[in-house]
Amino acid sequence: MHETTLILIEVGALLLGMSLLGRLALRIGISPIPFYLLVGLLFGEGGLVPLDASEDFFTVGAEIGVILLLALLGLEYTAQELLTNLKQSRTAGLLDSLFNALPGALLALVLGWGPVAAVTLAGITWVSSSGVVAKMLRDLGRLSNRETPIVLAILVLEDLAMAFYLPILAALVVGVSLLQGAVTVAIAVAVVAGILFVALRFGSVISRLFTPEHPEPLLLGVLGLTMLVAGLAAEVNVSAAVGAFLVGIALSGRVAHQASQVLTPLRDLFAAVFFVFFGLSTDAGELLTMIVPAALLAAATMATKVATGYLAAKRGGIGVPGRWRAGLALTPRGEFSIVIAGLAVSAGVEPRLAPLATAYVLITVVVGPFLARIPDTVWFKQAVRRRRLVGSA
Amino acid sequence: MSGSLCLVSVRIEKVDLPGIGTRHDLLTDGGRRVSVVSHRDGERDLALFDVDDPDASSESVALTDDEAAALADLLGSSVTMSRLTSLAGDAEGLFTEQLALPTDSPYLNRPLGDTKARTRTRVSIVALVRGDKVIPSPTPAEVLRPGDVIVAVGIREGLDLLARIVANGPD
Repeated sequence: MHETTLILIEVGALLLGMSLLGRLALRIGISPIPFYLLVGLLFGEGGLVPLDASEDFFTVGAEIGVILLLALLGLEYTAQELLTNLKQSRTAGLLDSLFNALPGALLALVLGWGPVAAVTLAGITWVSSSGVVAKMLRDLGRLSNRETPIVLAILVLEDLAMAFYLPILAALVVGVSLLQGAVTVAIAVAVVAGILFVALRFGSVISRLFTPEHPEPLLLGVLGLTMLVAGLAAEVNVSAAVGAFLVGIALSGRVAHQASQVLTPLRDLFAAVFFVFFGLSTDAGELLTMIVPAALLAAATMATKVATGYLAAKRGGIGVPGRWRAGLALTPRGEFSIVIAGLAVSAGVEPRLAPLATAYVLITVVVGPFLARIPDTVWFKQAVRRRRLVGSA
Repeated sequence: MSGSLCLVSVRIEKVDLPGIGTRHDLLTDGGRRVSVVSHRDGERDLALFDVDDPDASSESVALTDDEAAALADLLGSSVTMSRLTSLAGDAEGLFTEQLALPTDSPYLNRPLGDTKARTRTRVSIVALVRGDKVIPSPTPAEVLRPGDVIVAVGIREGLDLLARIVANGPD
């Protein structure tokens, strides 16, 4: 059979299967991400049926998937929102990074994987999945709750922190000397700060490059600009993902709104490809050996996330049930953790990071949505009430 | 003027929801909280809050553009009406009057603010009735049209003065 024909058959069958699994995920009320990862594991190295013909497609598709994930995330926020949140929720953000990055770093050091892997794993455990959490808040009807702005602020700050973290990680994984590394990091930070400044000052000018009225030129234009900036950013070691994120930030108003509408279907497709690709490149056999550390790490960092949300909500003057809601909503990790692991593994840092990150994300993203529902249960409400009565008596 | 009836005394709080939109909260006299979440894409949620847990919404209703506008109209006109009726009954010496704008009024097709009604007469104009439409709490920029009925609240002398002013001008 001809190579391209085989690609069509393989990709087609895979997408069809993923669609069925996606429906299953919706039915049980969790994110489809774990299913996509499992599909990848099943067909990848050491899996049941290796896919060969479509490997190139998945490699390129995954790259575009990361870029689109980040660009759409950027489109959700305006530069102004990022700054306001940075000012208002600094302490919560700092607490969040300390509580959640340290356990990851510690585990990597305990396993003897070295400092670069420690920085990587710190990132993997730090960042909650804004996509999964925001969707969960919507599904659970909590958008109007008073603790929700606090939860969202933490997500925003994490995403903003990634704009600085990813370039630093990108420089570290290349394994340059200390001085060279410092220079690369300085360049990276300067570029990110520069683009943020441009976005803040001239966002409306950039937005004017596009017309929101015509979907087709808008789609091509925004996609083109995103990929171009992502490529240039990768060229100067700032990581393609961050470039894409900043393009999303720079666009504002109606252009941003329309762009996110036309790009969302593309994002859904390529993000799914990205998750499958990550599963494909992970050794399914290795996954089993990593289950125990991943489970321990997940338990520890879900607990620290709950503490983060609880304390942030407490500082925000939210009552006890609201604090628990904030904390328990933040536990799922997702796309960012996989992006970080992908960046490190493809650069040749500790290969076991991939199965560990996969297992870790699988656990948190499946368990998280169930944890988030706990505060809505009758027994939880009764328990809180009982404690309040005991406390006041 | 009795302040409790003024819209100004209602506290509305605005909160940003990054990535989603904004939330406006209204705290009622009875201590209940009602919120409106405005999504970026124009969708709106109307949420009522739990009595036991003031941080959480117990019920959230999604509204389309049209439904939100209809609900706003409904609430707006009923507020005007309840103000009128409650005023007439409650306060001693305070009257509500509906003044039809005379067809030869000097203020025809001029902004309401030109009448300087509040300064000159100490009377409050709480609504304009235009055909079957009610314009509650009209702004000074609202232009008076032929056939408008001015709904005003004040003491007897003030209302009489206002009637003279809209008919013949300030002198």
